[in-house]
Amino acid sequence: MKFIIAIIQPHRIDAVREALTEVGVEGLTVSEVRGYGRQRGHKEVYRGAEYTITYVPKLKLEVAVESEKADEVVEAISRAARTGKIGDGKIFMLELQAAMRIRTGEMGSQAL
Amino acid sequence: MINGADTAWMLTASVLVLFMTLPGLALFYAGLVRAKNILSVLMHCVAVACLVSFLWFAGAYSLAFVGSNPWIGDLSQAFLAGVERGAVHPATTIPDTVYIMFQMTFAIITPGLIIGAYVERIKFSAVLLFSGLWLIVVYAPVAHWVWGGGWLATLGVKDYAGGIVVHTTAGISALIVAIALGKREGFPHHVHPPHAPWIVMVGAAMLWVGWFGFNAGSALTSGADAGMAMLVTHLAAAVATLTWMAIEWARFGKPSLVGSVTGTIAGLATVTPASGFIGPYGAVIIGVVSGCICYSAVQIVKLRYFVDDSLDVFAVHGIGGMTGTLLTAILMPIVLGGVGFADNVTLQSQLGVQAVGVIAAAVWSAGMSYALIKITELLVGVRVVPDFETQGLDLSTHGESGYNVAFGGSTQ
Repeated sequence: MKFIIAIIQPHRIDAVREALTEVGVEGLTVSEVRGYGRQRGHKEVYRGAEYTITYVPKLKLEVAVESEKADEVVEAISRAARTGKIGDGKIFMLELQAAMRIRTGEMGSQAL
Repeated sequence: MINGADTAWMLTASVLVLFMTLPGLALFYAGLVRAKNILSVLMHCVAVACLVSFLWFAGAYSLAFVGSNPWIGDLSQAFLAGVERGAVHPATTIPDTVYIMFQMTFAIITPGLIIGAYVERIKFSAVLLFSGLWLIVVYAPVAHWVWGGGWLATLGVKDYAGGIVVHTTAGISALIVAIALGKREGFPHHVHPPHAPWIVMVGAAMLWVGWFGFNAGSALTSGADAGMAMLVTHLAAAVATLTWMAIEWARFGKPSLVGSVTGTIAGLATVTPASGFIGPYGAVIIGVVSGCICYSAVQIVKLRYFVDDSLDVFAVHGIGGMTGTLLTAILMPIVLGGVGFADNVTLQSQLGVQAVGVIAAAVWSAGMSYALIKITELLVGVRVVPDFETQGLDLSTHGESGYNVAFGGSTQ
């Protein structure tokens, strides 16, 4: 099993969710996060003064999938989240050692 | 004799002006600070409003509006002694009680405006002590000079609703307090932007509506003067908003909400002294001029002189109030729709008198505010410790958080 973490532009979330549904992903965790990458934040203007917003709002997606589906899922996320502009985000993939569905106690890929 | 229509309007106007502070000004300021200080700013507005109300009763009203000395009133109506239910306020058609209440709401918002200069770093005890002293030492005398039959009134100064009494005194004092108190940690290059621009707009809109009570209420009657004052107040606010919006749009490519509603307040503050003396053309001119001048003042105070007048009280209210007081003389002529000048008064002589009024109020406010903030520092201290400032005043001073969205606690 693989654990996929994606940091995306908040306004791409609907497109990403649809793309994940199309490739059969049935569960998703989303959190509102802030951070910066190479673009080093952005500028906002209030009352004529420019403020550097170092930590830009992003969404963090976490998805657990079976190993053979992982590449397809990463491809789906990247396709849906990409705008081609700076700040589109990142996708990380980790080995997932175990999973359990709390209600039933099912383990492994049964729990996904 | 008491007139029912006038009294009804003045009761309404008093409600509107209190609404400017609670919650209008409170929200306007609360949205501009960081999330960790929202409650402290709201608390400052509530506490100052209540403290001033009590002091108004205790003696400040009497010092401002009772007695014939040119410099300061007397204490003959301290604790509102001798104020009777049926008494008519001299030279008006409304009850004494309504006049006292109406003027009280002005006294409340004036030290309230200064809050914007010292947010996010001041001790709560210093807010109370400074505001109380300031009401007695700055507001009461200046209100007496201009509106209580004092020396500026004798001189013929025209200040319809508080360009001098409210906005010059508060604006100048804000600048002095900001300098004396010092900058917030990180100012000017590492301060955070307003945490909730939408709250700023809500507060500004409440101020806008409340301002009709402020300016049209200053007619003290419900007739033609109140009508024109309301019209010019609204026009100036609308044009100033468009002006500020246009400046930001041209300069930064995007018209911002926070900037636009700051323009609204600049227009309202600037039209305040003129509102009973000008016509619609004058209002449009005030709108354009106030938008341009106050916008520039914000940049100069913060980015050239690096004074952390955190919420731009001096640049918006001080500069606006002073500019409006001078413009009053220029926009009064009948050809511009104004009320014209009295016999033996010319535009130049009126302008001179207006300048004397502005300078006198500014000098008094600056000197006294400096003295009062030093006294406050000596007695209770003025700044919170750096740890408290970093943590935010909500938690460190008031023991509360503005936003408890998830992971709520439980009671014992």
